[in-house]
Amino acid sequence: MAAPQSFLWTRRVILTFLAAFALLPVYVMVSSSLKPLQDVSGKFHWIPSGLTVKPYFDIWDTVPLARYFVNSLVVAGTATVLSVIIAVFSAYAVSRYKFRGKRVFTVTVLSTQMFPGILFLLPLFLIFVNIGNSTGIALYGSRGGLILTYLTFSLPFSIWMLIGYFDSIPRDLDEAALVDGCGPLGALFRVVVPAAVPGIVAVAVYAFMTAWGEVLFASVMTNDTTRTLAVGLQGYATQNDVYWNQVMAASLVVSVPIVAGFLLLQRYLVAGLTAGAVK
Amino acid sequence: MTATVTTDSRTEKSDRVTSRGTGGARRRLPRIPDRIRQGGLPYLLLLPAVLLELLVHVIPMIIGIVMSFRQLTQFYINNWGGAPWSGFDNYRIAVDVNAPIGEALLHSFFVTCVFTFFAVGLAWLFGVAAAIMLQENFRGRGFLRAIFLVPYALPVYAAVITWAFMFQRDNGLVNHVLHDQLGITDQPSFWLIGDNSIYALIVVSVWKGWPFAFLIVMAGLQNIPRELYEASAIDGAGIWQQIRKITLPALRPVNQVLVLVLFLWTFNDFNTPYVLFGKAAPENADLISIHIYQSSFVTWNFGTGSAMSVLLLLFLLVVTAVYLLITSRGRKGADA
Repeated sequence: MAAPQSFLWTRRVILTFLAAFALLPVYVMVSSSLKPLQDVSGKFHWIPSGLTVKPYFDIWDTVPLARYFVNSLVVAGTATVLSVIIAVFSAYAVSRYKFRGKRVFTVTVLSTQMFPGILFLLPLFLIFVNIGNSTGIALYGSRGGLILTYLTFSLPFSIWMLIGYFDSIPRDLDEAALVDGCGPLGALFRVVVPAAVPGIVAVAVYAFMTAWGEVLFASVMTNDTTRTLAVGLQGYATQNDVYWNQVMAASLVVSVPIVAGFLLLQRYLVAGLTAGAVK
Repeated sequence: MTATVTTDSRTEKSDRVTSRGTGGARRRLPRIPDRIRQGGLPYLLLLPAVLLELLVHVIPMIIGIVMSFRQLTQFYINNWGGAPWSGFDNYRIAVDVNAPIGEALLHSFFVTCVFTFFAVGLAWLFGVAAAIMLQENFRGRGFLRAIFLVPYALPVYAAVITWAFMFQRDNGLVNHVLHDQLGITDQPSFWLIGDNSIYALIVVSVWKGWPFAFLIVMAGLQNIPRELYEASAIDGAGIWQQIRKITLPALRPVNQVLVLVLFLWTFNDFNTPYVLFGKAAPENADLISIHIYQSSFVTWNFGTGSAMSVLLLLFLLVVTAVYLLITSRGRKGADA
């Protein structure tokens, strides 16, 4: 379809502006991470005066970045896997069965999205401390406590999205599996799950990003050994001397895997959203 | 709350029924009513989610509400059940606008409202514009789409630290451009302290938020049937008319959900101001979540902090209810 010049020009202007806005911090991150310290401490310059990769080696010594990295990976990874499995079960139940309390369940789960995190931060902290004191299970300060917390953060959205996605898969498919002798769980894993891969990938991406980027609970619920990247990165910035080139290098290092993964999977995310959340 | 607990207790009761129900299906008995055949299976499937939601959301929330009625200071932190009851004192302190605490809370509330209005408005506008401009296929579309999603994919702390660097007074990009290159400001300005901090906060929040709007609207656009555009083109409608008459009306239900979600996230946002400003935000950008965090964890007054959280939740509930009422009425009106 031939679009008029007015539209083409508007489109060019809007898209250029938005692309520049989106990428500006990325440019700053990349260019500053390659600057020597005296360059990054003085006036900002668009072009680095001398290129150096030294910050990329120094970041590992200034703070224990590798440990934070492993912590984030373990916490976000485990939370994602568990959250997806639990969401698949719940969404299957809601999508395929009639039962009492179904509406109450979906409404309650969805409305937890609305709670300000600050409202349950302190009580949860107290619960974890009390469980630790009375049973010896260390939740406060442990990765386990953080995993438990994070996996519920993405759960409401995941369940909601998967319900929509499962609804869009014809019931005939899994009913046929039932007739052929599969149990309900067989039908779920052999028919519904394979048909819902885009939705499940989308939900997993969302869960991982939620956990990887969370700051509030990570800063209250962790100690020196369990600290995640979200808290660890602040280590460069709160010292008297801020090594901005190292801050930027570390930011880039922790961002690259997640951005790359996200961009690879973003098609799934749109496909998942289209079938699941946006009906 | 009680209803959720009911669901939970039902689960255990119906556990035993599960195996029988499943076995029935496996032996291919003649058709049995759904309710019996499925047995407790749905409840069993929901059990993990219900337990976790109870542990991490529902029970802490109930405790939070209970704590808001107690005089909970650092002396009682190890034995919060022993903190003396204080009735509505915490609420009275929180809403007494003539005293410092209440006055600061009200101020923080206004700041958050102004911030949310601009942050949500701009994020929504940018997201919708981007999605509509990328609706048609053209060279570079996939590339732009990937670029637009970068702010969404970047971890909050890494991205916001970068913005904090850009807003530095002496070595930041923003002052370099505004002062050195364009000469708009006489002096290099402070962005992370003082009056300008609200602008910095809005810019960062919009940058972080609009790609989500873009993503949702983009997904919504894929549900608009192509035939609508084709038919209107035959009728002689130009692209601007199509956007106005087809795209925007078709996006209305998506937009309604999107604006509500953006509102809730932005109003509750803690990560952005916390990484940008640290534990104490400048007065002009003192968002409510940071303010409550400050009241609870820095001045160790958990009772008042909890009361503030409950007030915040009530406010969000009312706004959401009114919003849903208005938009559902609007939708009914449109259908009629």
